[in-house]
Amino acid sequence: MQNALQEPQTIVLLGGTSEIGLAIVDELLSPSTRTVVLACRRPDDAQPERFERRQLSVAVERFDALETGSHDGLIRRLANDFGDLDVVVLAFGQLGSQADFNDDPAAAAELATVNYTGAVTASLAATAQMRRQGHGHLVVLSSVAGERGRASNFVYGSSKAGLDAFAQGLGDSLAGSGVKVTVIRPGFVHSKMTSGIKPAPFSATPQEVAKLAVAGIRSGRHTVWTPGILRYVFMILRHVPRGIFRRLPLG
Amino acid sequence: MTPTPDIGAGRRALLHGWGRAAASAATVVEVDAGHLAAAVKDLPARGGIARGLGRSYGDPSQNAGGHVLRLRPTQGDVVIDEATGEVTVGAGASIDELLGIIVPRGYFIPVTPGTRYVTIGGAIASDIHGKNHHRDGSFGNHVTRMSVMLADTTIVEIGPERDPGLFWATVGGMGLTGVIIDATFRVIPIETSRITVETSRIDNLDDLMSRMSESDTRFRYSVAWLDLLARGRHLGRGVLANGDHSLRSDLDARDSNDPLTYSGRQVASVPPLVPPCGVINRVSVAGFNELWYRKAPRSRSGEVQTIPAYFHPLDLVGDWNRVYGRQGFLQYQFVVPFGAESALRTVIERLSAATLPIFLTVLKRFGAANPAPLSFPTAGWTLAVDIPARAHGLSELLAGLDQVVLDAGGRHYLAKDFHIAAASIRRGYPRLDEWQAVRDRVDPSGVWASDLSRRLDLTSRQT
Repeated sequence: MQNALQEPQTIVLLGGTSEIGLAIVDELLSPSTRTVVLACRRPDDAQPERFERRQLSVAVERFDALETGSHDGLIRRLANDFGDLDVVVLAFGQLGSQADFNDDPAAAAELATVNYTGAVTASLAATAQMRRQGHGHLVVLSSVAGERGRASNFVYGSSKAGLDAFAQGLGDSLAGSGVKVTVIRPGFVHSKMTSGIKPAPFSATPQEVAKLAVAGIRSGRHTVWTPGILRYVFMILRHVPRGIFRRLPLG
Repeated sequence: MTPTPDIGAGRRALLHGWGRAAASAATVVEVDAGHLAAAVKDLPARGGIARGLGRSYGDPSQNAGGHVLRLRPTQGDVVIDEATGEVTVGAGASIDELLGIIVPRGYFIPVTPGTRYVTIGGAIASDIHGKNHHRDGSFGNHVTRMSVMLADTTIVEIGPERDPGLFWATVGGMGLTGVIIDATFRVIPIETSRITVETSRIDNLDDLMSRMSESDTRFRYSVAWLDLLARGRHLGRGVLANGDHSLRSDLDARDSNDPLTYSGRQVASVPPLVPPCGVINRVSVAGFNELWYRKAPRSRSGEVQTIPAYFHPLDLVGDWNRVYGRQGFLQYQFVVPFGAESALRTVIERLSAATLPIFLTVLKRFGAANPAPLSFPTAGWTLAVDIPARAHGLSELLAGLDQVVLDAGGRHYLAKDFHIAAASIRRGYPRLDEWQAVRDRVDPSGVWASDLSRRLDLTSRQT
């Protein structure tokens, strides 16, 4: 159960090695937190010791976004083992390299499956559990890349566009059910996923994203831009004519 | 599951406590005592909890994903036994309804909280206290019998001499031992419906506390309102209001014609459209507190007030809890034993230094505890503070205050709590295991459950 300060007792991170996801869990921790579940494709890569402290149990679970048929079973098992799932953070995803996809359509299909299809099944499994328990908060990591397709990352961008639309609608469908959905739209984030890529304007660290994300989660906002100014930047960018948009140095 | 026609299908609803923070969804089933057994048999895996008027501040009357049972008041069904000075009433009746019936007949409720919109069932389940705790104890002290429906739908009659283990586990048991159906309790005979009040304005904490210590034995009712926004040498300034039931001879000629007249009416209501951020902020609250302190007389005695004016000032404005906006508020209430005054002072200093928009706070001296393992009041000082839930840095502040209170041998009030860690509740209530043993006896499969019981692990025994 969450308390009056919206502090969860049980946190599940789907994408248990995601730097943004881990930073959000860090920020969500409070004296009331009892259980953190790190769910990821390669459990050996998870670092549960990061959260080690008194009265907090950290579990590592295998979760593969591509195995969409396993998601509901996993969520049910977690609820059975750890009790109500207060917050589920959906942070897994692939970035990929747009240049490679031209020669390897199958790799693009895998990215789309992980980022969109796998996120859809995992989200629906999580919110179905939250409906049963009458409360819960799903946090979905989207991206500003989903706001408008760009030549440099349109496979990734389109997968996030789909996920973002899905999560917004899901959140509205849950009004009155006690379940909330918050969509996080970060800009460029300095992390191992983006190492070697030239940062776009208004970049942020995972910790900066997490601070804003958790403030938004606590106050019950449905969408959080990180940093906040990107909301206004994209208000304009959405309407820039294609010919100009194509030439903008957006990375 | 097909709902029994008699109890209705139930409706899914978002429920919150009086603090309006962290709502959850449950199926609400309205039921009268005659159909309660069918409703209990229908409870799903996530169980059920009784809910009265939803005046507990946190989550004790929420049951996310399960059922919430609302016992319909049995209107007019109040039995006054003049010979024993006892009243028997259905648990769904409110103190408001009850006062309207018993005050004109010359009786007053043995314990009233700061609002009269609580049910008798809720009053027992939270073992509520009032301004007379130092003399009369809490609500459970006055209950002579009650009937309770247990998880297996049997109805038991219990009292201080009849299954005292279950009786005292139900007093203060937050509804987790069964549904209270009706109760009999002693009432206070009164000559008039007025309270004679002595008011003093005292401009610092030390003087206020010593005045409270020396004066409260002389009065049945005693409470102090503190302005926590005052700093420096005015830290903890407040207004002490001591009172007693007025005698007929205390009333003027006009009032003494109708000494037991009673009317509980609201003069205003906060509209549903308050801005999401609320209207409580440091400027508005500081202004209010200053005005309120200045308006109090330095010293006045013999003033005759009505029951609502003295006991239930907040009830004058309906839905006042809306002023805190979308994220709601929480009430931090604790008790520390006599001798731990320094802990009380530390808490007050930290709250004052945190510059939160804190409206009036209530300071009161408790008398001795009763035998209930989960009853909150115990001899010492209790402070109750309303804090907006959106306040920045609140988590760290409250965690620090919890330590101060627990280290001093104090505890927190379950009917108010909505933030504490489960381990802290176990420290404050060392007899929790004893209570759980009784509960396991009457509810072995865990039918009764609430958001509070899940959040604080109240019903699962820890080894």
